[in-house]
Amino acid sequence: MRYLPKSPADREAMLKAIGLRSVDELFAPIPAEYRLKRDLNIPRQMAESEIVDFFRQRSRENGEGYTSFLGAGAYFHYRPVIIDSLISRGEFLTAYTPYQAEISQGTLQSIFEFQTMIGELTGMEVANASMYDGSTAAAEAVMMAVRLTGRRSVVVARSLHPEYREVLATYATHQGMPLSVADFTDDGRVNLEELEKSMTAETACVIVQSPNFFGTIEDVTAVAEIAHKHGAMLVVSIAEAVSLGIVEPPRQADIIAMEAQSFGVPLGFGGPYCGVIATREKYVRQMPGRLVGQTVDKQGRRGFVLTLATREQHIRRERATSNICTNQALIALMVNIFMNVYGKVGLKELARQNLAKAAYAAAQFGKHGKVLFGSAPRFNEFVVQTSEDPRAINERLLGHKMVGGLPLKRCFPELGNAALWCCTELTTRTAIDTAAGVVAESERSVRSSRAEDVAEVAQ
Amino acid sequence: MKPTIRKATTQVNQNEGLIFEKSSAGKAAWKLPPLDVPEVDAAKLLGEAERKDLGNMPEVSEIEIIRHFTRLSTWNYAIDLGMYPLGSCTMKYNPRVNEAVARVEGIANGHPYQPEKISQGALYIIKTLSEQLIEITGMDAITLQPAAGAHGEMTGLLMVRAYHQSKGNARKKILIPDSAHGTNPATAAMVNYAVENLKSDSRGMVDIAALASQMNEDVAALMLTNPNTLGVFEQDIHKIADILHAKGGLLYMDGANMNALVGKVRPGDFGVDVMHLNLHKTFSTPHGGGGPGSGPVAIKKGLEPFLPTPVLTTKSDGTLAFDYNRPQSVGRVRAFYGNFGMFVRALAYIQANGPNGLRQTTEDAVLNANYIRKGLIGSYDLPYATPSMHEVVFSDKLQLKKGVRTMDIAKRLIDYGFHPYTTAFPLIVPGALMIEPTESESKEEMDLFIDAMKSIAEEVEEDPQTVLTAPHSTRVSRLDETAAARKPVLRWKPTS
Ligand SMILES: Cc1ncc(COP(=O)(O)O)c(C=O)c1O
Repeated sequence: MRYLPKSPADREAMLKAIGLRSVDELFAPIPAEYRLKRDLNIPRQMAESEIVDFFRQRSRENGEGYTSFLGAGAYFHYRPVIIDSLISRGEFLTAYTPYQAEISQGTLQSIFEFQTMIGELTGMEVANASMYDGSTAAAEAVMMAVRLTGRRSVVVARSLHPEYREVLATYATHQGMPLSVADFTDDGRVNLEELEKSMTAETACVIVQSPNFFGTIEDVTAVAEIAHKHGAMLVVSIAEAVSLGIVEPPRQADIIAMEAQSFGVPLGFGGPYCGVIATREKYVRQMPGRLVGQTVDKQGRRGFVLTLATREQHIRRERATSNICTNQALIALMVNIFMNVYGKVGLKELARQNLAKAAYAAAQFGKHGKVLFGSAPRFNEFVVQTSEDPRAINERLLGHKMVGGLPLKRCFPELGNAALWCCTELTTRTAIDTAAGVVAESERSVRSSRAEDVAEVAQ
Repeated sequence: MKPTIRKATTQVNQNEGLIFEKSSAGKAAWKLPPLDVPEVDAAKLLGEAERKDLGNMPEVSEIEIIRHFTRLSTWNYAIDLGMYPLGSCTMKYNPRVNEAVARVEGIANGHPYQPEKISQGALYIIKTLSEQLIEITGMDAITLQPAAGAHGEMTGLLMVRAYHQSKGNARKKILIPDSAHGTNPATAAMVNYAVENLKSDSRGMVDIAALASQMNEDVAALMLTNPNTLGVFEQDIHKIADILHAKGGLLYMDGANMNALVGKVRPGDFGVDVMHLNLHKTFSTPHGGGGPGSGPVAIKKGLEPFLPTPVLTTKSDGTLAFDYNRPQSVGRVRAFYGNFGMFVRALAYIQANGPNGLRQTTEDAVLNANYIRKGLIGSYDLPYATPSMHEVVFSDKLQLKKGVRTMDIAKRLIDYGFHPYTTAFPLIVPGALMIEPTESESKEEMDLFIDAMKSIAEEVEEDPQTVLTAPHSTRVSRLDETAAARKPVLRWKPTS
């Protein structure tokens, strides 16, 4: 086997040194009746060239070459080439969690810089080293608010990503954390009156997403006011990190749970991504996940270590703030490099291009279909209502090698024939015009068939 | 005595500040194409929500970023540099073909919500890996959704809870051996089960008598690592399973140590009901400085209705699709379908090995651990004489007489050119040295390791001070962790 660095003679010599005659003796502790006496029923060993061919074939069956208008928590942005050059260095790729600080300063310093930049972008004082993804970060942020307030119930905006809501429900069920849902209004934002009515003396926190699942920017100030008035915390989920380049961060939040995939992480059919939690310094001891802190060595030189470990499972066991151990370190490094590449000015310009593309697209689609929630500001996603089922429109778009917006019927039936469209800096005007053209055609054919129906009835 | 350090030599290595210290206005590493749609007025579109300032985000050029991270990288130890015997963590070689295939266009850029019709490639990868992991574990069904081992534990215990609930009583507690990893009790708490400790016997195995007396109808499951964290195979595993099953309890296996079993024995054949795997341990996906991982959960038939949604199915026309209609499901544990990129890597690893490669890999991992055990016996105290599988746990008892602890020996090992072993657990061995070489080490590398450990044992006798103040060859010496925790500095701030 090509990954194993031993010759048969090496194995012989080692067995002899141990004082054994055969490898079988090494497995003597396993009761004989359970030992596998056959080969595993999996395909034979493959050559590297065969493996590459296998995955190239799978790639061709997996949307290769399609232009997509999908967002909804997973965004297609340009990934600067140096991200992969740098994360492919074995010293980053093949290191473990930096438990031994003296020989992990590279990983530790880069996490410290990541924490700093996430803090700058979110307007929070501290950020952790990463969580699994945006959905689990949201659930963990809510549990953190429950610990901090000593209250148990949670008010969830329905405009929070439906899958994030599902994950939160899974985590909350057995924690005895009742969830209530606040609906959205005509402007696509959380209904403040309903929110206010849902608040009780037992409400630990309110969780909203901004920009929310529909791409609409929530009125965080108003939401924060309601939450705080009732002694509850505000948790804000951010799924589209690029928005932070041009959208004011939710500074009134107590905890921010973010998905940083937009910052240089490939779509990869849904993962691995990079969750992260940011909060105020005074709440840090209830934070889940790893934290890197600055300190000095014996000679007084600056260095970095994993810190506040008494929150974590390996010290605190069943009283830990979370069970998380392995996180998303290498993905956080991708995010880190991306933030360096774009930096203070580039992130803003990048966000501005996203804003412009979506504004143009919404205008084009709006000429034929109906763009919902137009009265509130949005970032790079918008909801289009059509006369025809968007799945039928999308079917036609596939013929143009295009993937249309995400049909919303399963999660939001009351919106009718609606789909969530996303444009990023990579969406071309030509693609937008083509897609808008297909929507226009759909509207025309529905109208003409309606006219025919009317004519028939008249006859 | 001057020790001979054969594996490592010191080398000039670059200093590098924080990236913020290199930043200055007007430098940039980005360039966007001209906008092909009309410009917009952000103030008009966003109103109050418009962001004006990005704070202290850096402004640097591309070459500075390359040098910054390349310099930082040289301050890390890694598997690619040498043996990384971190017990329980399974730091094995991460094959590069895995990285190459994960970056093929349609695999790297597939959107999780693209229509199933054009996602058959990704779904086929999920299906193939699922089937192969089921065959390897001897279980009946699997979910790949959990993002890491601990997340798998949570998913598994949620299914345990749902299973008992469906029988009318969710039960109250989980039994956990005192040798267990910290995530086990932390997870039990997350699904609202009480934790009850289970004693180990003098062999370092589950104390069968204690288990029998603690087992009752309040116990939902036993969470057992097998081989356990001492690297010892639980020989009475069938008795353990029988005791649990007789009272309606389930056997959960923490599969962190599955690399000792693959191709040799299957948990499904020895009574396990639920288990998780760590694709980032047994199946070679890189640790990346702490993640990402992937923690699939394999189960027996009886737990199938409770799998997280969605579940992959084959439709009547032979195409693959996700089934979201699972009324008894524990729900979703993560958005989308899990760390798909890790599935790709794990599958590539299984393909590269085949049945004979996987078996040889397991044999070599166990051979290596036993070779080290033999090499270090006498120099270090072996608290449990029970045979070792893929890792061996010594203690610092002999060295403690000179005031030297496991962490000191670990730090001195760094000077010899090795990453330390695990020091943090198992808690049943005070001052543990938990050593897991994995199959990826040659005899030569292990001989160097054994020499280094013996040399340190001698240093402890003759010159303990050198060990107590180690490491001596690193960029920074021992760091003040107490100060870091007392007054946490968790981010850079400008000195104005
Ligand atoms: C025995 C054992 N159980 C559980 C875990 C947790 O796995 P993960 O870090 O993937 O969450 C680990 C690894 O850290 C482990 O060694």
